[in-house]
Amino acid sequence: MINYIITGFFLVSFLLSAIKGNASDLSQSLLFSSENAVKLVIGLSGSMALWGGIMQVANKSGITKAITKALKKPVGFLFPALPEDSEAFQTICMNITANLLGLGNAATPLGIKAIKQLKMYKYTYSYIPMLVVLNTSSIQLIPITVATLRLNHGSQSPWDCTLPILVVSLISVIAGCLAVSVLYSNRSKNR
Amino acid sequence: MTLSEIIVPVIICLVFVFALIKRVDIFSEFVHGAKENLLIAIDLIPPLVILLTAIEMLSVSGTIDALSDLLSPVTSFLGFPKECTSLALIRPVSGSGALAALESLFQDISPDSYEGRVASVLMGSSETTFYTIAVYYSAARIKAEYKVFVSSLTADFTCFVFSALIVRLFY
Repeated sequence: MINYIITGFFLVSFLLSAIKGNASDLSQSLLFSSENAVKLVIGLSGSMALWGGIMQVANKSGITKAITKALKKPVGFLFPALPEDSEAFQTICMNITANLLGLGNAATPLGIKAIKQLKMYKYTYSYIPMLVVLNTSSIQLIPITVATLRLNHGSQSPWDCTLPILVVSLISVIAGCLAVSVLYSNRSKNR
Repeated sequence: MTLSEIIVPVIICLVFVFALIKRVDIFSEFVHGAKENLLIAIDLIPPLVILLTAIEMLSVSGTIDALSDLLSPVTSFLGFPKECTSLALIRPVSGSGALAALESLFQDISPDSYEGRVASVLMGSSETTFYTIAVYYSAARIKAEYKVFVSSLTADFTCFVFSALIVRLFY
């Protein structure tokens, strides 16, 4: 999919600029954009390292476990037929925690593990899409990347988007979960 | 001093004090976690080189402007800033692409402007939907049905609409 999109981008841009007659601008921008890509990552890597370190400390000190306990109610609400002491339930909690902390690379393996464990339950037809929607609608507590980019571009208050981001995340997660429960309700009743 | 301004240092202090009580080797654990994320950052560079180039070409050639103009009746009806349309278009498809789009947006528009804030909120509250679905369903060896796409894109669309709404409400 990404291959078609990228090729499409290049083709369309070239054709359009050929029609408009600004192809020389296009050639010039090719030189700068690769440089910008490397600069962008160097700008980001400092705060990525900082947060990676903090999250690792949080993990080791058992803060993640405490969050899992706190998540019992909402997770139980979204996955009602799943026993609280099952492995799948605990993995889902850890996956959500990793997402909340912005640990994308920790969240993905946990989510895959949870899906494999969910497959064992026959009555949980809508639980896999539910988990996927939770993972496709970001539920990050601290928007590290966005705040760093804002700071790099001279923002006076790089962190002041934290609260609006949380509110919008929550609204979109609710919308996604509602969509899952509506779309999948007929099938699960038939089973 | 607002809650948003102090939330980050407060979280850091809490984590460290709590880890100290629990006798965690803070220094070596921190170094370990920091190193892991640095390696992730290095992995980000190669895809970003091609994606940033593709997006730069799109904007220099005027393709994104043309597409945004095409969609402007819809976006202006929703009160969604025109400058953020390209970011919203690429957000579900590519994470590093969205990062690149936000980066180039901030080069033209201040992050503290209305448009800059909408872009920040949109970026922070959505995910790379198609990538995530592909990874999860292929790992679990289930065929992704259309319903899961519809559900996830419902969440994304809600996020785009509300990012404009909420920013206007907050500031």
